[in-house]
Amino acid sequence: MVRTLLVRGLLLGLLAGLVAGGFAFVVGEPHVDSAIALEEAAAQAAHGHETPATEADHDHGVEVGRPVQKAGLFLATGLYGLAVGGVFALVFAGLRGRVGPRSDGQLALAAAGTAFVAIILVPFVKYPANPPAVGDPETINGRTWLYLVMILVGLAATAIAVATARRVSGDPWARRLAAAAGFLVPVVAAWVLLPPVNEVPGGFPATLLWEFRLASIGTQLVFWTVFGVLFGWVSDRAVRRRAPVVLAPV
Amino acid sequence: MSGITTPSTTVIPFPRLRRWLLAVPLLLLVAYLVLADNGAVSQTGTFLHELMHDGRHLLGVPCH
Repeated sequence: MVRTLLVRGLLLGLLAGLVAGGFAFVVGEPHVDSAIALEEAAAQAAHGHETPATEADHDHGVEVGRPVQKAGLFLATGLYGLAVGGVFALVFAGLRGRVGPRSDGQLALAAAGTAFVAIILVPFVKYPANPPAVGDPETINGRTWLYLVMILVGLAATAIAVATARRVSGDPWARRLAAAAGFLVPVVAAWVLLPPVNEVPGGFPATLLWEFRLASIGTQLVFWTVFGVLFGWVSDRAVRRRAPVVLAPV
Repeated sequence: MSGITTPSTTVIPFPRLRRWLLAVPLLLLVAYLVLADNGAVSQTGTFLHELMHDGRHLLGVPCH
């Protein structure tokens, strides 16, 4: 049972990751290319033009060329999907029949939607994705920790929301309101209290930054939508095969 | 009355789930190598970072 779910999560995660990679390739890569061109122009201007050595101390193109990086995009989104899909399946196995909708298909949709909000959207609103040329390499460790903290805040807020809602009895709308408050209070507190990160260089084109960020959140939206729908569909079909739906006579 | 009786969802007991949780650290390691490693764990220098570069940016994690 658990093994079936895990294999399902791994395979569908890989598949959804590759689909998201396709979206990122078509919609996102042009913006990555533009940002790298700006970064290289800035590096040239800083070091003078006739030194080919600037290429060597530059972040990109040292060991891995741009065409390989674009192929690496699919490797990255595919492996990301595999890992996330596997963890999702095990969480799904634990939630089943305990928290959320009773039907496997509905639970898959609800869990995937919640995961997108809690671990993608919550961190994104505080620390949005940045294209190459934006972000100081010196601060990468600090920024990575802050991003991780926001993911944990999103997960904790989800748990608080479920726990709060379960304490409220009676009117389902009172429960939903309690869940919304239980989720929003820690999330908004973290948005306000955690230190801001703003390392966009002066003169970086606002449109490019905006479009890159949309492409980035779009990639995650494509992943979680495709993954949630596929996981729900396959799970529902599996349940029906095991115990066929009985149509009661009129 | 007409209706559809859908089979009720079976709860998987936690003891049966527990041994599968060993897969979680492994999966998180894969996610870490894809999203954040800069050579400290993979021991490949910046190779992994460069290979996963575009994916890191477009999946929205801090890159560099």
